[in-house]
Amino acid sequence: MARRLRGDGLPIKIGPFWINLRSIIPDLLRHIAFFYAQYETAESERFIDFHITLKNSGGLRRWVKPQANFLLDEYAPFKPLPYVHAFAMFEWGLNWCIATTAHHYLIVHAAVLEKGGQGIIMPGTPGSGKSTLCAAMSLRGWRLLSDEMALLDPVSRAITPVPRPVSLKNDSIGVIRRFSAGAEMGPAAKDTAKGTVAHLRPSLLSIQKASITCRPHAIVFPKYESESRTNLVKKAKNRALMEIQENAFNTHILGKEGFDAAKSLIDGCPNYSLQYSSLEDALITIERILDDAEVTA
Amino acid sequence: MIAPLLLQVLKSPEAVAGFTATEWDLLVRQAKAANLLAHLHVVFMDRGLEKAIPEKPGLHFKAAHKIARRSVLAVRWEVSQLQEALHSLAIPIVLLKGAAYVMAELPISRGRLFHDIDILVPRSALEEVEKRLMGWGWRTTHASAYDQRYYRTWMHEIPPMKQIRRQTVLDIHHSILPLTARLKPDPKKLLSQAVNFEGEGDLYWLCDVDMILHSATHLFHDGELEHGLRDLVDIAELLRHFATRDGFWQALCDRAEEMDLVRPLVYGLRYVDILLGVEVPDEAKAWMREGMPGRLLVAVMDSLFLRALQPDHASCNRWGTGLARWMLFVRSHYLRMPLKLLIPHLIRKAFTDDEEAAVPREVQRFIANNNP
Repeated sequence: MARRLRGDGLPIKIGPFWINLRSIIPDLLRHIAFFYAQYETAESERFIDFHITLKNSGGLRRWVKPQANFLLDEYAPFKPLPYVHAFAMFEWGLNWCIATTAHHYLIVHAAVLEKGGQGIIMPGTPGSGKSTLCAAMSLRGWRLLSDEMALLDPVSRAITPVPRPVSLKNDSIGVIRRFSAGAEMGPAAKDTAKGTVAHLRPSLLSIQKASITCRPHAIVFPKYESESRTNLVKKAKNRALMEIQENAFNTHILGKEGFDAAKSLIDGCPNYSLQYSSLEDALITIERILDDAEVTA
Repeated sequence: MIAPLLLQVLKSPEAVAGFTATEWDLLVRQAKAANLLAHLHVVFMDRGLEKAIPEKPGLHFKAAHKIARRSVLAVRWEVSQLQEALHSLAIPIVLLKGAAYVMAELPISRGRLFHDIDILVPRSALEEVEKRLMGWGWRTTHASAYDQRYYRTWMHEIPPMKQIRRQTVLDIHHSILPLTARLKPDPKKLLSQAVNFEGEGDLYWLCDVDMILHSATHLFHDGELEHGLRDLVDIAELLRHFATRDGFWQALCDRAEEMDLVRPLVYGLRYVDILLGVEVPDEAKAWMREGMPGRLLVAVMDSLFLRALQPDHASCNRWGTGLARWMLFVRSHYLRMPLKLLIPHLIRKAFTDDEEAAVPREVQRFIANNNP
């Protein structure tokens, strides 16, 4: 694996996308070995959606304070980052590739998990506790479709999985370690633009089922509030529609098609706000959403 | 040498019918680097080739086309805002390049991205136009006194203006070449032949032959040839669209002579013929031979342009591509102004590099969406 990454690159299938990844950066090679060993790879040449290279930025920098540069084919969309952030840069960079290209979906900044064929979409602004809740659910038998982006088919409303390592920030890292002894985490990158970042490995089942789409059953807008009681309330549809669009990456490209997709999503399933501080209680509440068509707590 | 895949496909789109997965892979990469993905989508649809495109590469073409469609809407909106700001001045506003292609509803506007808006106004109206635009939220972008003077005394445009709310950039020209350039096209002649739909409203664009001359002048005087192929495709598509009218080629060649733009047109026609397979009739070819530089210079220019106009992708680079682009960059500056002006200017620019880093809008949006 490392040999191919260092050479012509390794084609990896991530959700519906084939990427070809090349890098010699040791931290990134370890990241790929730890998180992507179970993913489908290709031996023969094939059509690749994203040719991604992470390389040292050149010059004296290489010896003094080495930096990593993210390239989509030959184009560098970002400024270089410190070497030790290379794996976080890969994950963010891949998000960017998808968000700027996959316009056959409405792409919503949201975690998506599924149980018994029923999907829960959790859109989240930073600080909402979306990723923490997503990590906890994936450690309790939910199938992870994505911790970052819901790929919604505008017509069928099916969600296409793109399971990736769950990105956890700052305090969430310790919270998830304490939540489950089974949490398999990669190393932490400190002092990134988002603070300390570490990733949680998705379950093998999530990776194996990556080609199976799911139907949205409910939309839950999480809101972490320390010391608060768990409180699930129905959310007004107009408010939910606004927030879905604010959290979408490509409404400006899709225009009316995107608006219609968001509206049909909101109309098609119940919408809730979930205030929580205890992960255990929040999980129980979300399980109950699956049982009933409409619940309040 | 075998032509890059993208050029083969631009020349004969039907070639994609037998493409393997790796050929599609390379085509998408080259087209993306050359900013021609959306254009290829339009070409494939026009030729009824949608069935020949496998699903996965097809998604990349369609996505680029969606972006291009939004880009057209954005241009229309921007032009409407501009019109609102300027209509009370009662002067003709002549749209150039992309904005003109959109408003004139030319086929080339369907698969193209648009960045800045370019307009041409009479030089005598510049002050009024600038003042009016300031009132409507446009601000000059080059703050330094040197840059202001550079543009205003030597260039064919005033410093670009940026709309403070929409962050869109407007280039206001009073001519199509710098005042210091060796060729001297008369902007009054361009303005006098400008056209619009049914003579209604105050929005105009250049007449068909002038549109092509401007496009060629821009490409063969512009120093940045990384997007040269995209610009060459513009010229090719304009020619294919306009050449159907009677007497077009004669009118084009006559106008080039009248406007002192023979060389740019000769080069433009030469390279759309060689690289993109545009059919140039024999009379026009005979005219080109008269306007062509000597055989030695043609050989040199061929060796430079046939390298520099390739897709800007590593798979298309051969020995000397980077050098060719650099030499043409130098040439463009030499054509823009006499050396006694140019050398002090370049020395000064070398020490004050204040260009703000250009971050694409998608990246800005992504960063904004991902940061608290």
